[in-house]
Amino acid sequence: MQKVDYPVLAGPEGYLSPSAASMGVVLPDEGEALVEGRIVPEEEAMEKIAEKLLSAKNPFFFPGPLILWAWNEKAVEKAKAVKEMTEVVPAKIIPMPDYRPKYPTINPREEINPNHPNLTIWHNKIDVCVFIGVHCHYANLALKIVRGGTNCYTIALCGEYGHEDAMITLRDVHTEKVRQLTEVIKRAKAERKGRR
Amino acid sequence: MIEQKVIEQKIVEPEEIFFKARREKQFITGSEAVREAIKRANVDMAVSYPITPQSESMHLVGDIYAQGYLKDYYRGEDELGVMSAVAGASMGGVRVFTATGGPGTLRAFEMFPTWAGARLPVVCAFFCRGVNSPLTIQPDTIEIGFMLDTGMLIFHAETAQDLFDMILKSFIIAEKPDVHLPIGVFADGFFVTHTRELVEVPPEDIKLPSYNPYMSPVPVMDMETPPVRQMRDPFVMKSNFISYAAHASWQQEVRAAGERARKHIKKYLGGFLETENEDADILIVASGTAASQAKEAIIRAEKEGIKVGLAKLKVLRPFPAEEIRRLVKNKKAIIVPEFNITGWLAREIKSVIEDNSRVVGAPRVFGGMTMPVELISNEIKKQQEALNECKYS
Repeated sequence: MQKVDYPVLAGPEGYLSPSAASMGVVLPDEGEALVEGRIVPEEEAMEKIAEKLLSAKNPFFFPGPLILWAWNEKAVEKAKAVKEMTEVVPAKIIPMPDYRPKYPTINPREEINPNHPNLTIWHNKIDVCVFIGVHCHYANLALKIVRGGTNCYTIALCGEYGHEDAMITLRDVHTEKVRQLTEVIKRAKAERKGRR
Repeated sequence: MIEQKVIEQKIVEPEEIFFKARREKQFITGSEAVREAIKRANVDMAVSYPITPQSESMHLVGDIYAQGYLKDYYRGEDELGVMSAVAGASMGGVRVFTATGGPGTLRAFEMFPTWAGARLPVVCAFFCRGVNSPLTIQPDTIEIGFMLDTGMLIFHAETAQDLFDMILKSFIIAEKPDVHLPIGVFADGFFVTHTRELVEVPPEDIKLPSYNPYMSPVPVMDMETPPVRQMRDPFVMKSNFISYAAHASWQQEVRAAGERARKHIKKYLGGFLETENEDADILIVASGTAASQAKEAIIRAEKEGIKVGLAKLKVLRPFPAEEIRRLVKNKKAIIVPEFNITGWLAREIKSVIEDNSRVVGAPRVFGGMTMPVELISNEIKKQQEALNECKYS
């Protein structure tokens, strides 16, 4: 592994950008998060997420199969909490219902796919996006392609250990943490309003 | 059809079974160490196919299936069939184990990058032997060199104790959601599989927690529960940049998962390598039973007043490049004894260090030859003489 200080920034980074893990970026431990390749306390990352979402021109959430389908009670609860967060920002939603490549072409107004996420981002001119409820492998697949070919700022809210290929990632994101982040966004929004 | 028995065992945390549980010593072979590891690994299913020197290990796993330690076990039609069946089982969300070696490894080869690409946390033991013609069934580690770039994680056991611990710990490392890759636990055929040694094992009435396939980074093939009625669909159905970029990103992600394994390997295996005499000018770097021979050579060298260091590599993928670079920084000579003709370990070390002219790719034996300690001792003496010449010239 090549140990370098590798900032994970919005692209377009290039024809084939490396995975952040191969450049020495390490996933956070419990209570920590990653912001642009650096490990920070989770609270700091939440503030940064709020700042990015609230200052975005066209923020979008990409909910994946893990919360789009009512496959257990927890998924339903989490989906409701995510929906609430999108309303607070406010942000639009484009779902990632499954991972099958879409042939002959995807409808980028209706869905995003991990094999060609750039098409949806370009079409909708998305400048900040949030991945949530996407299986980890497919999230990383998409995040690398987004970083390589678009200038979109990526945020990954992961139910497991997080994603180095996102510009910001939180780990262990279950319903309670979604609600916690929503509160952070609400507070940041109120502060921004007060400053105007 | 045998009557399905179930053995009652208590599930305990991995840390308990790995580090805390009282261990008793058993005088067993490497093949029997495999059996003891699988007894405690809460494996759902094993598929076997005989190939020397692996045959006995999976035969013994069959014995414990009959005793009720596993839910399913059968003999496949050949190694490619076995490894394909294992892939199916793993995609279906069960913890699965198999073993092979030598020609079996090569016959099944297509499945190893497939396992890695499909992010399947299969644990497979490989008992190394010669694969060339004319036939030899004897020890030779050339297949490890072939396996290094499959995307699998590669561990190399020196002893039956290593083999027991590595197999048991591999299930937990392989199944971490950020890793979720197959692990090959390699051991040198006959030297480890067919010899007895004292192996410390925890009680057989405890076992690891079950595998949870719903934490997997890819959907488990659960045909009852949406959204997961989908396979790893191929994307290169059209000749276009987007399809190829997706495939490239996929391959990168497999390698990234290997990098993420480092943290877990350090935690559970206690690091990538074990060292002795780190301050010596001459260092031996070895893996598997070449490390055992090196240890003996180091003892003999010490008696002759020559201090020699050792780095025993336990993990070959991901490769401990940083650790090796740090270790060899001020070394005058790096001796790499190997049981194969290509010298894949010397090649790996040369590729990651500065001034790789210090690497001595010797002694090297293959085709089933043993490696007398004298061969390593001779290399040590040669290097020491060269150092003395430099010092006094």
